Amino acid sequence: MSGRASTSRGERLGWLWLPLLICFSFLYVPIVALVVMSFNSGKSALNFKGLSLQWYPELFRDGDIGQALLNSLLVAVGCTVVSTVLGTMLAVGLVRYTRSTSLDSVVMAPAILPDLMLAIGLLSFFAAVGVSLGLSTVVLAHAAFGTAFVVAVVRARLVQLDRSLEEASQDLGAGWFTTFTRITLPSIAPAVAAGSLLAFTLSIDEFVIAFFTNGPTSPTLPIEIYSRVRFGVTPEINALATILLAISAIAVVVVAVTVGRTESRDD
Amino acid sequence: MTEPLVSIRNVGASYGSVRALDDVSLDIGDKEFFALLGPSGCGKTTLLRSLAGFETPTEGTVLLAGEDLLAVPAHKRPVNMMFQSYALFPHQTVAKNVGYGPARAGESRQEIARKVDEVLEIVGLTGLSGRRPSQLSGGQRQRVALARAIVNRPRLLLLDEPLSALDRNVRAQMQLELKRLQHEVGIAFVMVTHDQDEALSMADRVAVLDGGRVQQVATPEELYQRPANRFVAEFIGQSNVFEGSAAPGGLSVGPTVLPGHGSGRYLVVRPEDVRIAPSGMVSGTVVETQFTGGMSTIAVTPEGVATASGQPVLVRQPGSTGVERGAVVSLTWEADAAVLVP
Amino acid sequence: MAVPTTRPRDRHRLLEKVVFLGPGLLFTAVFVAVPVLLVLSYTVFDRGRFGGVVYEFGLDNFSRAFQPTYRKVLVSSIWIAGLTTLIALLLGYPVAYAIAKMPDRWRNVCLVLVVVPFWTNFLIRTYAWIMLLNTQGIVNDALIGIGMVDEPLTLLYTRGAVVTGLVYAYLPLMILPIYASVARLDAELREASANLGATRLATFMRVTLPLSLPGVVTGCIFVFVPSLGNFVVPELLGGGKSVMVGNLIRDQFLKARDWPFGATLALCMVVFLIALFAIQSVVSRRFAVEVDR
Repeated sequence: MSGRASTSRGERLGWLWLPLLICFSFLYVPIVALVVMSFNSGKSALNFKGLSLQWYPELFRDGDIGQALLNSLLVAVGCTVVSTVLGTMLAVGLVRYTRSTSLDSVVMAPAILPDLMLAIGLLSFFAAVGVSLGLSTVVLAHAAFGTAFVVAVVRARLVQLDRSLEEASQDLGAGWFTTFTRITLPSIAPAVAAGSLLAFTLSIDEFVIAFFTNGPTSPTLPIEIYSRVRFGVTPEINALATILLAISAIAVVVVAVTVGRTESRDD
Repeated sequence: MTEPLVSIRNVGASYGSVRALDDVSLDIGDKEFFALLGPSGCGKTTLLRSLAGFETPTEGTVLLAGEDLLAVPAHKRPVNMMFQSYALFPHQTVAKNVGYGPARAGESRQEIARKVDEVLEIVGLTGLSGRRPSQLSGGQRQRVALARAIVNRPRLLLLDEPLSALDRNVRAQMQLELKRLQHEVGIAFVMVTHDQDEALSMADRVAVLDGGRVQQVATPEELYQRPANRFVAEFIGQSNVFEGSAAPGGLSVGPTVLPGHGSGRYLVVRPEDVRIAPSGMVSGTVVETQFTGGMSTIAVTPEGVATASGQPVLVRQPGSTGVERGAVVSLTWEADAAVLVP
Repeated sequence: MAVPTTRPRDRHRLLEKVVFLGPGLLFTAVFVAVPVLLVLSYTVFDRGRFGGVVYEFGLDNFSRAFQPTYRKVLVSSIWIAGLTTLIALLLGYPVAYAIAKMPDRWRNVCLVLVVVPFWTNFLIRTYAWIMLLNTQGIVNDALIGIGMVDEPLTLLYTRGAVVTGLVYAYLPLMILPIYASVARLDAELREASANLGATRLATFMRVTLPLSLPGVVTGCIFVFVPSLGNFVVPELLGGGKSVMVGNLIRDQFLKARDWPFGATLALCMVVFLIALFAIQSVVSRRFAVEVDR
């Protein structure tokens, strides 16, 4: 890339501080409110009566939340496995074995369609086929769009990969399958991992499609939260939110530290 | 030549409307160092990759030791390739890279180790078998790529622009290395290059290609002294080319007859065969002189006749130039130093 | 004489193609293409007496969809989604620009800070605004506290609340693409512009802004599309009042069980989006700028 990157260190931000401030306040005031209210000694999430940790044990005692969390995890794992396998193979097929751009659009469609569209489509499909709704239908539904995201991530890496590595492998006597397992896969492994992580994250948090394709007896976590939020809420939900936030924050820190360490090792 | 190792007959390849190879026929002998030379887009790489199995010609046959090579998939051919980018597997050590071929062939672990050590010694990389490609220098990586290709003892070794990625100083050394290696392992080498110095100094025979067609297949010396046509004459080395019609004793260009032998529309005479003499068939004005490495090059704009390209006539002689810019000189050459080509 | 070569190896290649592309394409066909086509086909059919679909061809659904009640909802959905996108753009562009101007270390920190709220659950994020905008909530407490108003305002269950919730949900999706677009611009272009006598404003208007348009367009799409089809935010923050087309569709499918009509409403939404995409690609092709690297 010719020229310097867009940042020259001396540039002052000037009046841009204002939108930055507004934006970050806007983004974080609700979050801070959520966290603070999770320590409320009162029963309402609106009036802060005093500090208390009562809602956290309450959360852990809540069997419904626990079950919903388990359901979400099951669905996410199932979806991730299917998406990763199908998505990786599709990415290899699209990059190495075809030049069609229309196939590309078909595969990436679930990522671009509004989720409501996919949701009603899948509901109609399952009803028409006569499959009863439950966690397995949610897994299939989530895999339908998870695959598209895995394809996107693996594809980006695969396109950068030197084709001659695979040619060299064939030249040295390996058939296409051996070449794929011994040479291609190890080379795209980080992208496959990133793709599966993405599929997992998307599935755990997904609400709309799960809402339409799930049966009534096995709600996922977002669905459980939705029902509670609609009918009035105790700060238990705030406690849940705080814990989820903490987990994400820890994950970010861990990733940042490991990436930072590998980068300095390569120097 | 005894029965050739590789027999390429009437091979053609088309990509849409582009004709990458057109009616290519040539033979490559066992243990021969063969070069495919030509400008970019001439088809030499397509031909090489067709031998490797990564491209499929649309017409023609290729026989390797009498067997139909094109019917065999790439991974089953007794042909190995050294890639321009080396294509070393970054996640494997040198030993694993070199041992890849024998491992695919199902050899035992001891056998693989023995072969790897043996070939690493041949290329001069003993002791580096535990390293990864990212820990090696460019020259070392090339040797690994070479070792990896040789270890399987293929009938034919293909090299795709093997020296283009190296620094100039390393390049000269590697030229000798490759020749030595080829003699030592006794495998036929087919090298693709766009650098004629490389091709002429390393190869036993060279095929010059242009526009997908073979222009000439000959030893370096023959290519230089007896080019088959104008393209080869101008591509190989420097030359002075005149256009005219054949006449007794040479080529008639306008009123003059330039001495030469052979038949054709063009007369080719190398700068070192042209002399400045008191009298000659061409006279002109000196426009440029250059003195490098003990040799002088003098550019003369001719009068009355013109070179086919419109460039000045080049004269090369040992020692100093002896003339000044603007001087009017006469040029002459021997008839048997100039060749007529079609 | 040229002899055509036989190619047994091409059959091999076909096998590989099928192995790699087959499963994924089959899965996508069955679980994406078929469902979408199926539900779109419902638009011309009728609802059955107890829900389900009666396969009798008719265009009643379309005439019903354009009746005033439903038309109003469709139009108001577009308005709300459009307003959301505009606000997100007005807030998001300066933020993205500011982050792109920061030194590397601060940049990454800010990018992470922008994305982290996105990782809390969407519903919880929306619920947070219920908390905040309630008559007893923090925003009203603050407004009364600083003396701007004497009585709590009705902030919740208004259109404004819906827009706020949508902006909050999708703002990072506006910031990131714009940031990527601006960050990729060569600083030398701005310097060249200044060197040629342009003020900072002129440089921005004539160099930076036009070249960052692809990012802007991407960001707008990333915000508009999910906003248009959203039903959670309008339901939770809008009460019964700001019903958007997403709510209608959801009600038809899960409450009224008139799937064909719900499908028709969804089709209207999708057609509008397709039209928008078409306009976008025409516009971007006309103003396409190839930046050499």
